This record gives sequence, structure tokens and C-alpha cells, in this order.
Amino acid sequence: MNAAVKLVAQRVALGLLLLFLVSILIFVGTLILPGDVAQSILGQSATPEALANLRKELGLNEPALTRYVSWLAGVFHGDLGTALTSGQDIAESLGRRLGNTLFLAFWAAIIAVPLAIFLGLLAVRYRDRWPDKLISGVTLASISIPEFLIGYVLMYFIGVKLGWAPSVAMMNDSMSLGQKLHAIALPVAVLTLVVLAHMMRMTRAAILNVMQSAYIETAELKGLSMFTIIWRHAFPNSIAPIVNVVMLNLAYLVVGVVVVEVVFTYPGMGQYLVDHVSKRDVPVVQACGLVFAAVYIGLNMVADIVSILSNPRLRHPK
Amino acid sequence: MIKNMPIAAVIGLFFTALYFLMAIFAPLIAPYGMAEVVGGVWEPPSPEHLIGTDNIGRDLLTRMIYGGRTTIFIATAATILSFTTGSVLGFLAAVVGGWVDQAMSRFVDLLMSIPSLIFALVVLSVTPVTIPVLIVVMGLLDSTRVYRLARAVAVDINVMDYVEAAKLRGEGRAWIIFREILPNALSPLVAEMGLRFIFMVLFVSTLSFLGLGVQPPAADWGGIVKENKDGIVYGIGAALWPAVAIATLAISVNLVADWVLNRTTSLKGGRG
Amino acid sequence: MSEPRDILLKVRDLKIGATVYPPGERPHDIEIVHGVSFDLEPGRVLGLIGESGAGKSTIGLASMAYGRGGVRITGGEVWVNGRDILKTSLSDLRSLRGGEVTYVSQSAAASFNPAKPIMEQVTEAAVRHGKFTRKQAEERAIALFGKLGLPNPETIGRRYPHQVSGGQLQRCMTALALCPEPDLVVFDEPTTALDVTTQIDVLKAIKEAIRDTGVAAIYITHDLAVVAQVSDDIMVLKLGDMVEYGTTDQIINNPQEDYTKALVSVRSIRHEEKKPTDDPLLTVEGVTARYKGTKFDVLKDVNVELHPGQTLAVVGESGSGKSTLARAITGLLPPSAGQITFDGHVLTPNLATRPREDLRELQMIYQMADVAMNPRQTVGTIIGRPLEFYFGLKGAEKRRRVQELLDEIEMGDGFIDRYPAELSGGQKQRVCIARALAAKPKLIICDEVTSALDPLVADGILKLLLQLQKIENVAYLFITHDLATVRAIADSIAVMYQGQVVRYGPKSQVLSPPFDDYTDLLLSSVPEMRLGWLEDVIANRKMESAGN
Repeated sequence: MNAAVKLVAQRVALGLLLLFLVSILIFVGTLILPGDVAQSILGQSATPEALANLRKELGLNEPALTRYVSWLAGVFHGDLGTALTSGQDIAESLGRRLGNTLFLAFWAAIIAVPLAIFLGLLAVRYRDRWPDKLISGVTLASISIPEFLIGYVLMYFIGVKLGWAPSVAMMNDSMSLGQKLHAIALPVAVLTLVVLAHMMRMTRAAILNVMQSAYIETAELKGLSMFTIIWRHAFPNSIAPIVNVVMLNLAYLVVGVVVVEVVFTYPGMGQYLVDHVSKRDVPVVQACGLVFAAVYIGLNMVADIVSILSNPRLRHPK
Repeated sequence: MIKNMPIAAVIGLFFTALYFLMAIFAPLIAPYGMAEVVGGVWEPPSPEHLIGTDNIGRDLLTRMIYGGRTTIFIATAATILSFTTGSVLGFLAAVVGGWVDQAMSRFVDLLMSIPSLIFALVVLSVTPVTIPVLIVVMGLLDSTRVYRLARAVAVDINVMDYVEAAKLRGEGRAWIIFREILPNALSPLVAEMGLRFIFMVLFVSTLSFLGLGVQPPAADWGGIVKENKDGIVYGIGAALWPAVAIATLAISVNLVADWVLNRTTSLKGGRG
Repeated sequence: MSEPRDILLKVRDLKIGATVYPPGERPHDIEIVHGVSFDLEPGRVLGLIGESGAGKSTIGLASMAYGRGGVRITGGEVWVNGRDILKTSLSDLRSLRGGEVTYVSQSAAASFNPAKPIMEQVTEAAVRHGKFTRKQAEERAIALFGKLGLPNPETIGRRYPHQVSGGQLQRCMTALALCPEPDLVVFDEPTTALDVTTQIDVLKAIKEAIRDTGVAAIYITHDLAVVAQVSDDIMVLKLGDMVEYGTTDQIINNPQEDYTKALVSVRSIRHEEKKPTDDPLLTVEGVTARYKGTKFDVLKDVNVELHPGQTLAVVGESGSGKSTLARAITGLLPPSAGQITFDGHVLTPNLATRPREDLRELQMIYQMADVAMNPRQTVGTIIGRPLEFYFGLKGAEKRRRVQELLDEIEMGDGFIDRYPAELSGGQKQRVCIARALAAKPKLIICDEVTSALDPLVADGILKLLLQLQKIENVAYLFITHDLATVRAIADSIAVMYQGQVVRYGPKSQVLSPPFDDYTDLLLSSVPEMRLGWLEDVIANRKMESAGN
């Protein structure tokens, strides 16, 4: 067990280090770029006084390192600063919106993950027959269309032509869970479609990889039934690759959610980020960027940890 | 080789070529001027306007053709940038090895730990949004993926006995890179190029749709969706045309890339 | 219809097909076994022998009505215990597989499920088929572990596959096959992947287990000397056809067909040992080396000499350091101590600083000809490059010289514009030899050049190398794990074990007693093409250990 624990600890440390470096990267990305940030925020017609004020407010007169350290210290205390455009506390607005985004992503994952694994198994079961070919055709089509277009196609046909679900995902606290779910039906459908294709394809590949191993042949030559072979021999070795697939696609979902929220004007983090990028509200963009990166890094870390823990070589060292 | 091309690859090649020709000769093909208002708002398809008009009465087909030109141009330029940067650095890391390889590879790991779209949004929040900036941001962010592939392929080839044989013969680094490694690395890279191009098309369309890509009045496929999206709620499908365009282009390029990759693997399979 | 009980397995006119995917062509079906028939009585062992592509594994698996990958049984009958298993129901087939007939594969490491303990996998078939209760099956497994000579038979079953060695796992696989008390076991090259000293232990364990349990077996291998030790009858196969079928005694001692005769006389090349000359061509003195970032020496104080026009064979098992010695001499791995003298001068340790003449005079041939040639270059380019690089030959003159070299390696016209993928395994290795010869070297390092080839093809390569040595007066440093090859071509021999040369001298001296322990073990482990060899070795070893 020691080797595995050590590896997991290393992986967690690596994740934290990565997060730290990403915070530097995001900070540097917004500050050490050509041109004056204050100028580009206010535009060419800004008055010198306004520019000077904004520079002061952004702390641009101080060295970059000092600003980074004070920003990072703030982040540790849950203080993400205030938005330039509205003057609101970022942590507070972000918290509410993060909750909405996770709500959306959660329901998308609840539907997409089992469905993708089921369809992936189906594709393996009917390998090179029509269900497999249909699935890979749909996959090719769906990775060839950007998320926002899938969103509008669904909105046009299901939301408008058929009227089954609202085209705009309005949310407020007074809604019951059922009402909320009805409101997010379309965005959840889009997100599901977006990750489904990838997840299905990767699941299929992962299971096929296991099914082609020599130990599956050994099991077949023992005269075991198909169910026993899959349950006792293929499944224990497929957990790690499948969890990996799921985690990588949940990470992918984090990106997809940005665009889908804009399409359905859903009050989540993605829309918050995009709005403030257009308004050049740097503190908000930094905070959102950091949160998205943290989720992404975290999910990748979980994927790696699961594959470490399920590796029999590490669980049962020599 | 061309004779043995599977039908899917022929179709893919045909549509890819068609789109590129349309992009190059857009001013000759387009029936109206790019920003010319020629009719009412969201007119249905008619002989004058084959797929109707857009949200301010411009000919939608014309917008689509010019939009394709912009989208394909940006995607192509960004792909070229991403490929040259990524493959040159990747090969270099593989052949030189040591700390150079370590430093570059770890930096790429770091860049890839942030989703490209998020990082692009962070950068675009402080830079002016112009076409050259878009190309540079997209190209450099994506070059990380090309770097990984190029390095992996080159590392694999670099340990082959035939490369060792060339080193034992006393061949210089130039012969080893250009005569031993490159010919064997080319096909997987070309296939990947197709996938990167598709990704660039999707990427620039997404940015434009979010209002952070190509700025009006210039047309591009993502922007056309943004301009016409309000029609959707009234049952006007003008915003869906780019979906058709992007999907057909992406699928065509995919089919060509698949074919290139299959040819490569069959050439490599010299186990007979 | 019922069959007489004294026939366990009856195969009639068995035809097997497969779908192939040739590069650049549509996939199509071919026939790989063209009508093979044989009978097997209870308790007897049938050896199936042939080179790659003979269809021997395919026939073995057909006795379980199983086709691997795209392989299908297309015709004929396979009767096991009185029923045609090609026509039986799926549930009957399941009770046959793992119950009446079991299988031992070449790679036990891949055939065990990495996620389950060994015991669970060994007893699984017996328990699932209801032959034994779990407790009975485990007792039986422990008894089998003991019989197969595994250490700690009581507890080894609790281990996971990666926790035991390759030779032990192969024995566990045999226990897995024997646990359900089958009527027939199919052994598919069970010792091929093992080192020669491990092979003999596994072979002995398998032979005794077959004898003690009275099970019938099909033993598949490409090595006639191995199969001669375990089987009662032998069937020789070539490209899906039966060539000859008889008792082991008849096949080994009185083969009828030319192909069988060739297989029996394989490795019988003999070559007169040459006496050392005054000046050695290559002198390795006190060479010690380790790989970057590791903490132990893979070569320890190696001293050997090689004389012009002669062959020094460096022999050892995997991990002995023999290939590392080649890397040290070529300059790919600069030694940490010692020096290498070549043709009267000291070689610089690092490849990068060697003059071009040194590089030209010292050439190398690899084990895997497949990856030793750039798949994007034609044979003409591959052989022509050294001519251009070292001698500045160009155009028609270069092409003429390439053709001369091709003639010399007995390939003739029509190959110069082909790509490596269009050549057979033996042809590829010949092209690599021509590439080395093109540099007009004084020394060629041959790293396991025949190990990846079928025995008859390997013999052809060895004959060619000996003939070229006479013509070109080139010296060979011949690295191999195969003592039969060493006997065939060496003038002097260095035996390596764990990075050290444990025995070194002229061939006649190294191969005659008194031996050191390791050389004795190595020499006595090489299967000989005669009946009763295995028993003799086992008896000898028992005597020796009793004497100690």
C-alpha cells in the first residue's frame, strides 16, 4: 500500500503546484501584455485623469510581484477583490453563479455518464455492426459542430418548433427543483450531447483494449459465460480507464458550460466570465479563470489518482 | 494511390477543396457585397436570396461565403502557426533531449492544465481583439498539442535501430532529422493537421459567437450565428446555416485526415 | 453416433480460414490450414511442429473449437470424447473448454488477469464447471503447485501475477490447465519466451505433470529438440499442410520428407576453429560501464580479444550484459573504466569523437531487421548510403555496386527498388548484412541476428555469414543467447553472467570440461535433438546435487 500512498501524495502535491503556477500564468497573462491595460479597458477616448485613477485602482503603479502577492493572499482568504464595472464583491457574485453552474453540470453528468458507458458497451457488443457504425457516425457529426450551434439547433427544433422546453434558462431561488429542472432541460441536453460523443468513443476504446487482452482469451478458454467474463475479468481492469474517461470528459464539460450558458442566458459562471471579458473587467476574469482552472486540474487529478489506486502492481507491491 | 482512394476520402477531398476555392474566390462568387443591405429583415429564401436575408437585410448567402473566407483564413493561418511552432520545438526537444526537453515539456504541461478557451478568454480580456491577435493567441495555445504529438512521434522514431545505425555510420544531425526521422513522422503529423484545423474552425467560431473574435461588420460563421440568434425564438432559422457549413467542412477534413492516417499505418505495417 | 472410447480427439480434414488486411488492399479471406487429420488417444502427447505460419497454434485451438482474432474453422470435423464439437451447442462447448480441454499459452504474464490473485484464477474453471468445490480445487491446486516445483506451494496462490517470476508464472499456468482434471491440455509454445536455464525447469515440470496425471496433450513448438523430449508422436506442419506424421522416434531418427530432414539437421552447421593470429583486431581491457542515472555496473571489468577474420561469440541470458558490451564497443555507451583497442589504436570512448574511418571499419547488424531499416527508404538507398557516405560513390556506379552486394547476399535482381515491407524476414536480415558489408568493415558486431528468425532461415543466415567471412576476411563479434549458434560459428567464446565474463577462450576449450557452475548449467540446458535428453540431464543433476 505504501507505494500507492506515496504516488497519490505526489500526485496531490503536483496538482497543488500546478494550481500555484497556473495562478501565476493567469496573473501574468492579464498584466504583461502589449499596451496599457488601463488604456485598453477605457478605450482611446479616455481622459488622462480617468486613466490615472484606474491605474491607481488596479495598482498598476506598484511592481507586478507586489500586486501578485497581494492578489494571491486575497485569494487564500476568499477575497477575490471587487469588480471594476459594478463595484460588487467578486467572491459573493461568483459563489452564487458557481452554484448554478455546478447544478447544470451535475445534471448533465448524471445523464451523460451512465448513458455514455451504456452506449460504449453497446458499441463494443455490436462491434463493426450497424449499432457501432451508427454510434461512431453520430460521434463524428457531433464533434464536428461547435457547442453553441448544437444549442441553437435544439432550441430551434425542440424549444421553438415543438415547444417542449423553454428556450431561455431563467433561474431564481423561488423555483422548485422540478421547475428548475424543466428550465435547464435544453442546456442539459446540449451539454450531454457534447460530452456524450467523446465519452462514448473513449469508453469503447478502453473496453475494447481490455477485451483484446490475453487474459480475456484465457477466460473464454476456461469456458466461462460472457457475463462472467465481463463481470469478473474485464470489469475490474476497465474501472481505471473508464473513470479516466469520465473525469477527462467532466473537465471538458467545464469548458462546454461557458458557451452553453451564453446560448441559454443561464446565470452561471460561464456567462459571468464572458460578460466581463467583453467589459475588460480584469479582476473578475482572473477570478473566473482561476476557478475554472482549479476545477479542471482537480478533475484531472482525481482521474490520475483513481488509476494509481486501481493498479494491482501498486496495490500489491512485490 | 489516388486510384485506391476509398469513396469517403474522395467525398471529403471534394468538399474540402470546394470550401477552400469558395474562400479564395469569395468576391467573384458572392452575389452581393459583403455588408450591402439588399432587402428586408430575415426574408425567407427566394430566387434573389437563395437562403434568405439576415437580421439587417443583407443577403445571407453572401454573408456565408464571406464568412467562410474569414473563418477558413483565420483557421488556416492559426493552424500553420501552431504547426510550425509545435513541430519545430517538438522535434528539437526529442533530438536534443536533456534539460531543454524537460524545460519545454514541463512548460507545455502547465499551459495544457488550463482549458484553451478559458486561457484565450483571459488573454483576450486585455488585448485588442483583431485578426492577427486572434491568430497568434489561437495558434500558440494550440501549438502545445502539436508539440506533444511531434515530440512523442520523434522520440519513438529516435530510438529505432535505423536511427541508431545512422548515428553509428557517423551521419550528421541534419541527415538524421530530415532523412531518417521526418519522412516517418510526416504522415501522423499531416493527419493531426486536419484535426487541428477543424479545432481551429470551431475555436474561432466559438470566440466570434461570444463576441470576442471577428468584429462586425466583417463576417465569419460564428459571428453570423451571433447576429441572427435572436431570430431563433421567432422560428427563423437563419442562424443555423453556419452549423451546416461548419459540420460539412469539419466532417470532410476529418474524412481526409482519416484516410491519410490509415495509409500511414498500412505503410508502417511491414511485419510480413 | 458414438465413437470408440479409446480415441479422445479425432480431427478430420480440418480447414481453417482467416480474414487478412493487407496494406493498400481490400480485406479478404484466405485459408491458413488446408485439411489436416489426426487422432489422439487418452494419455498420449502429440507434438505439433513447424515454422511461423505453419498453422500449429490455430490447429491446437481448434481442438477447443476456438478461433483467435479473425480466425474461423471453415470445414472438417473435430471430435472430442465422441462428439463433433464444431456442431455442438454453445453451453456444451463451455463445459468442454476449461473442463475437458484446457490451454497453456506462450505468455503466462499476459494470460493471467493482473487484478486477481493467482489461486482464484487457477481454481476458477474447476469450480465454475462444478468439478470440485472451492476447497477441493484449492487443495488440488496446492498439490499441483508442489508437483510443479513452485516455491511455497501453500501460499503462492495468494500472490498476484506480477509478484512471481516469468518461469514460475508459466508453471502456475500449467497448474491452471491441470486443476480441473481435463482429458486434454493444449500447450502452445509454453517455454519459448523463457531463458534457456529456466526453460529446462519448466519443461521438466510439464513433463512430470503430464506423466503423473496421465492427461493427454498437444504440445506446440517451433523447436524440434524441445518437442522430442515430451511427445509420443510428432506432426510436422508447413504453411497449413501436414508434411509428416509419425512417432517421435521415427521423426527424429528416420525422417522421410526433405522438409523434416532439414528441420532435424538444423543447427548442425560445424565450422573449424581458427587459431588466434599474432595481432588481435579488437582488444577490450577492463571495461566497466553503467547506464546514466543507475547505481550499478552492467559491465564489470570485461577483458576479451578478437582476431582478424575470426568470430568471437559472446553468450549469455537476458540481463547478462552482452548487448551492453556491444554498445560500449560502438561508443553508444562510453565505458566508465577500461579501454578498447581497435586495429592497433585506442578507440575514443564516445561515438561522436570517433574518426570516420573507425566508424566505417566497425559495423553493426541488429536483431530486428524490421526496425533496423528505415521503412521509407528502398533497398537501393539503404545499401547505397554507406557507399556514398564513406566512398563517395554516386549514380550508376553506386547502383552497380549495390547490385554486386545484393548478388553477394544471394538476393539477385529485382530487389533494389523494393521497400523493406515487401521483403520476408530472412531477406530483411540479408539486406542489413549487405548494408554492413558495403562499408568494407574489418569488424561486424552481430547482435542476436538470428534470434527473431525461423530455424531454417536462421541457418541460411549463419551459412551466409560464414561464407562472407571467408571472402571478405571480416571479423564478427557475435552476441547470442543460443549455444547451438555459438557451436556453429564461433572461433572463441566469452560466457557472460551478470555483467561479467565468467569463462573465455577458444571454442574447443570453453566447450570442454572442467566447467564452472554457470557454464555447466547453461550448456546442459540447451535441448539436444535426441530422445531421452531431458531425462539424462535431470538424472545427472540429481546425481551432482546428491554428490555435493
